[in-house]
Amino acid sequence: MGKLFFYVALALVLVSGLVFAPETAGLAIHPMEQFTVTPLFGGDHIAWYTPTNVTLWMFLAVVAIIGLLVFGSSNRGIVPSRAQSVAELAYGFIYKMVEDVTGKDAVKFFPYIMTLFMFIVTANFLGLIPMSFTTTSHFAVTAILAMLVFVTVTITGFVLHGAKFLGLFWVSSAPLALRPILAIIELISYFVRPVSHCIRLAGNVMAGHAVLKVFAGFAGALGAGAFLPIFAITAVYALEVLVAFIQAYVFTILTCVYLKDALHPSH
Amino acid sequence: MASNTADTGHGAADAVHGSSGMPQLDFSTYGNQIFWLLVTLVVIYLILSRVALPRIAAILNERQGTITNDLAAAEDLKAKAVEAENAYNKALADARAEAQRIAAETRAEIQAGVDEAIAKADEEISAKAAESEKAIAEIRAGALESVKVVATDTASALVAALGGKDDADAVAAAVAKRTEG
Repeated sequence: MGKLFFYVALALVLVSGLVFAPETAGLAIHPMEQFTVTPLFGGDHIAWYTPTNVTLWMFLAVVAIIGLLVFGSSNRGIVPSRAQSVAELAYGFIYKMVEDVTGKDAVKFFPYIMTLFMFIVTANFLGLIPMSFTTTSHFAVTAILAMLVFVTVTITGFVLHGAKFLGLFWVSSAPLALRPILAIIELISYFVRPVSHCIRLAGNVMAGHAVLKVFAGFAGALGAGAFLPIFAITAVYALEVLVAFIQAYVFTILTCVYLKDALHPSH
Repeated sequence: MASNTADTGHGAADAVHGSSGMPQLDFSTYGNQIFWLLVTLVVIYLILSRVALPRIAAILNERQGTITNDLAAAEDLKAKAVEAENAYNKALADARAEAQRIAAETRAEIQAGVDEAIAKADEEISAKAAESEKAIAEIRAGALESVKVVATDTASALVAALGGKDDADAVAAAVAKRTEG
């Protein structure tokens, strides 16, 4: 669904680019403009330390996470308040996922996985606020998240199992002649993991937002007769709410699955 | 952000990627994004691992403990209730047995009184019957004696009237012989 969505969005972007060439037509749809990184306090140059809209929306994500998990649970109620219920739900959800998918010995990775999940899910939902900036729609962000997982998995694997970790690529249940070929395939798939891991998240989020923007452009162009685009925006927005959670869930559960390889590398 | 800024600020980028190019592929912003992402992740990690997660874990543990305690207390109370019920049943059974015992005792007592009274009455009746019998026997004996006297007298008179000699002894013997049967 995600891939299809992505292609549809790209097609729409291209079509809109062709049909509504911004230089010529009064109707200009810039579906990708919402992803532009801009400095918060003016200026043209973006250095690595410049506070940008990325900074702002990541800061808001941190604020939201603190609000939910820290202030939400500050009452420490035996009977939880609403915010505390949500915080406990998120805690239990990820904790159980780590325990079930990766194993009981992976609980020491729980804060790390919880960090990834909370950041992605919060950023995704903050990005659904109209006029906001979606940090998880950028490959720079998701690539770093995916690389962190990749590096963590690789280092953990070698630290815990040493050279035996390479047994992950040596399929001992296959016939001997096939093993080198399988090893190459396994190796490639191992290194492709972070790529798919990062593109899946950013692609889904970006595609959905671009589609929303395209429909919004149509709605703006049609003026009072924009029933269809507005209906489409509503439907796509509902889907995006779903995608925002599901992609965070998928990213997290894949992290757990990869970590399982590092902790228990036997096939 | 104002599209103005985007237009002027990213004139160069737009020129490279075209107006519908992807800001995601504008590598000039990567350093900035990565820096702020790492800062964000470190902050979130510290907050979660130092404050939020231990607190939520403590809350969940406490709740689990409370639930366990409550269940244990409920178990206790239930055991007490069963005990009380058993005690009640036992008391009930005791009372019932006691009542039966008392009833049986009373019944036995009454039976004894009745038996005694019956025995006494029987005795009195038999005594009275014996007395009556005795009186009847006496009366009968008296009557027999009178019959004998009358018979003897009558026989003597008959004998005398028939011209026989008044032999008292023979008459008496004959009367006695006749009255035997």
